[in-house]
Amino acid sequence: MVPLSWYLILSAALFAIGAVGVFVKNNIISTLLCLELMLNAANLAFVAFSIFQGTIEGQLFVILVMAVAAAEAGVGLAIVIALFRNRETLDVDESSLLKL
Amino acid sequence: MLPLLVELPPLPTLRDTAFIMPEIILTLFAGAALVLDVALPRSKKHLTAYFSLIGLAFVAIALAQQVAMTASLLPISAFYGMLFIDGLSVVFRFVFIVAAAFSILYSIKYLEFEREQRGEYYALILFSTLGMMFVATSGDLIALFVSFELMSLSVYVLVGYFKRDKRSNEAAMKYFLTGIFSSALMLYGLSLVYGVTGHTNLGLISETIAGYVQGGTAESGDPRLLLMVALVLVAAGLLFKIAAVPFHMWAPDAYEGAPTTVTAFMSVGPKAGAYVLLARMLLFALAPMREMENLPGWAALLAVVAVLTMTVGNLAAVTQDNVKRLLAYSSIAHAGYILLGIVSGTDMGYQGVAFHIMTYTLMNTGVFAIIIALHRQGVIGENLNDLNGLFSRAPSAAVLMLIFILGLAGIPSTAGFVGKFFLFGSLIQSGKPWLTYIAIIAVLNAVVAFYYYARFARAMFLNAPSENIADASPLLLAPSVRITLTLSAIAVLFFGIYPQPLINVADIVAQSITTVYAQSSGIALR
Amino acid sequence: MVPTVFFLLQQTATDTPARGPIMGYIPIALLFAISLAIPVGALTVGRFFRRTVMTQEKMMPYECGVDPVGDARDRISVRYYIIAMLFLIFDVETIFLFPWAVVFDQLALFGLIEALIFIAILVVGYYYAWRKGALDWA
Repeated sequence: MVPLSWYLILSAALFAIGAVGVFVKNNIISTLLCLELMLNAANLAFVAFSIFQGTIEGQLFVILVMAVAAAEAGVGLAIVIALFRNRETLDVDESSLLKL
Repeated sequence: MLPLLVELPPLPTLRDTAFIMPEIILTLFAGAALVLDVALPRSKKHLTAYFSLIGLAFVAIALAQQVAMTASLLPISAFYGMLFIDGLSVVFRFVFIVAAAFSILYSIKYLEFEREQRGEYYALILFSTLGMMFVATSGDLIALFVSFELMSLSVYVLVGYFKRDKRSNEAAMKYFLTGIFSSALMLYGLSLVYGVTGHTNLGLISETIAGYVQGGTAESGDPRLLLMVALVLVAAGLLFKIAAVPFHMWAPDAYEGAPTTVTAFMSVGPKAGAYVLLARMLLFALAPMREMENLPGWAALLAVVAVLTMTVGNLAAVTQDNVKRLLAYSSIAHAGYILLGIVSGTDMGYQGVAFHIMTYTLMNTGVFAIIIALHRQGVIGENLNDLNGLFSRAPSAAVLMLIFILGLAGIPSTAGFVGKFFLFGSLIQSGKPWLTYIAIIAVLNAVVAFYYYARFARAMFLNAPSENIADASPLLLAPSVRITLTLSAIAVLFFGIYPQPLINVADIVAQSITTVYAQSSGIALR
Repeated sequence: MVPTVFFLLQQTATDTPARGPIMGYIPIALLFAISLAIPVGALTVGRFFRRTVMTQEKMMPYECGVDPVGDARDRISVRYYIIAMLFLIFDVETIFLFPWAVVFDQLALFGLIEALIFIAILVVGYYYAWRKGALDWA
């Protein structure tokens, strides 16, 4: 049986990769992928905890998070399409109409 | 190991369903608003707005039947603890309904003017409100997370509602990316909370953590350390949502780029929803971690954030010329004030939080309503200079604006002052020296804030109208908007002079926060 | 005692997943067989009744109606994204029907009504997308 630590290390690694990716990627689609990676890292942790504790709530949570992630991907793609129609670029760094 | 077939508890009954009647009605109306949008011809789309307002009225009536429940401070749990209803949830759901209704009312003319009158706008506001209402009734991490996402997702779409406007697109993208990032942080934190405690029910989590904090450390290590990691992740996600420093950078961009009516909505509705989530997480689920032995609790963390938030927010607001950006920074500063009430941990502080959120809703939507009205008059109305000479052009609008601005600044005899008095006073009342120092910083901040709020007054009353104003005719506010604005202004003044009725309402919230925590084990499951 | 963040990591699951007798998998085997039989059967029966007319388009490798020859980095029509978005959302929503299917007989009428309400909410979204023209290809 694979110990819990392995799942958690994998989950933490995926989360870290996603979090770093959000900051270093320039393309919005890549950023979206990294965000999904972060959500799924959390999902992995939920499932692992759920199995090892013998409680069902974690798996329930994962099902709902998957639906939420799909809705997020839908909204994100819609925003990307609107942005691309107006600007013809998906580079985050070129979005600078709003000054900081 | 999980059994394959779980023995089911008795099914939810009509009793449970009755508790979510306001939400059911809102779901029906939101869905119907979507259908109406495609069914109505282009010239009649604005009817969806009135339809949505009627829906909100029905929701308020259904909610009014739950008011009696706040008399007994014990929360009522439904759907096996997935939802629970207490004073906080009833009061804040009224706040959400008012925020949504005001936003819809102020949007009708604006969208007509922008030729973007579509029913989906109102449906999205209703869906967002639905999410907020479920945030306020959730007693479980699952329900909290899903309803919070419903609220946020609707607002992401609303920010990008002007899909041909590049600024709106860009604001939506920034808001969306930071929003999802913070959700992911929070979700990972929640997974750790679940892992350490083995529960998703807020009451059971609170109970389990209390056991850990009181020295019941497991032989295999100190669970508090993992809980600290979880706390930091959850807090980071929550602070993102309320735009607290250092997670505030998205707010000015999103506020500026969004359609002004959406800015008005998101500065009060979803903001209040995020505060409720913060209260539920920190004051209920993670409440035992406020102060811990040998380890910093969240009170210290939040105190640092609160001080930074109000200082950065106020100082940055001073240099702004764009009204929407200025109000964004002002709302960041107000987030700092509200965090103070949570840091203080006294009844007075919680009353201040509730009182300030309620009055802030009135004042902020009021300010935005005037800015929206300026926009209709061929003046862009987004620059502070556009307010020049407003008093000579439209005296009543200028006076209303002045009342709301003075309220935001917290001048005595306005409701804004009472809120700040409670928030700052609670720090001193708590009797801890370090909180007293924070109170002094907060008061200094309020003085800085006077400066930029006074710029509004100077522009409106002292400056001469600019030449580049295309339309010098007085502002035309729709009668319904004018009545609502006048009533809000009267309320701001009335509750500034005689705040007792609103304090009583705020006290319901404060009492329910303290009672819920004290009774956490009693309400875990029905 | 050295406090460790990973205090949970030392836990291991005490027993393996409940493994019933192999007979428990018969319904799955049946499902597999039936789902294999339907397409095979349909294609076989169709073979006897259909006319076979081979045209240029029909003989081309199938690529969802797009010309299979050309630059792979071609710009793809935005309509694909809209269809993909709708598919993504409606596809994932079915995830909620699986837990319901597991306890279908225990939930009985109550579960059926709940599921129907859930589907009704989805239908509102579907109707909206349809009337908005998101499903039109023209």
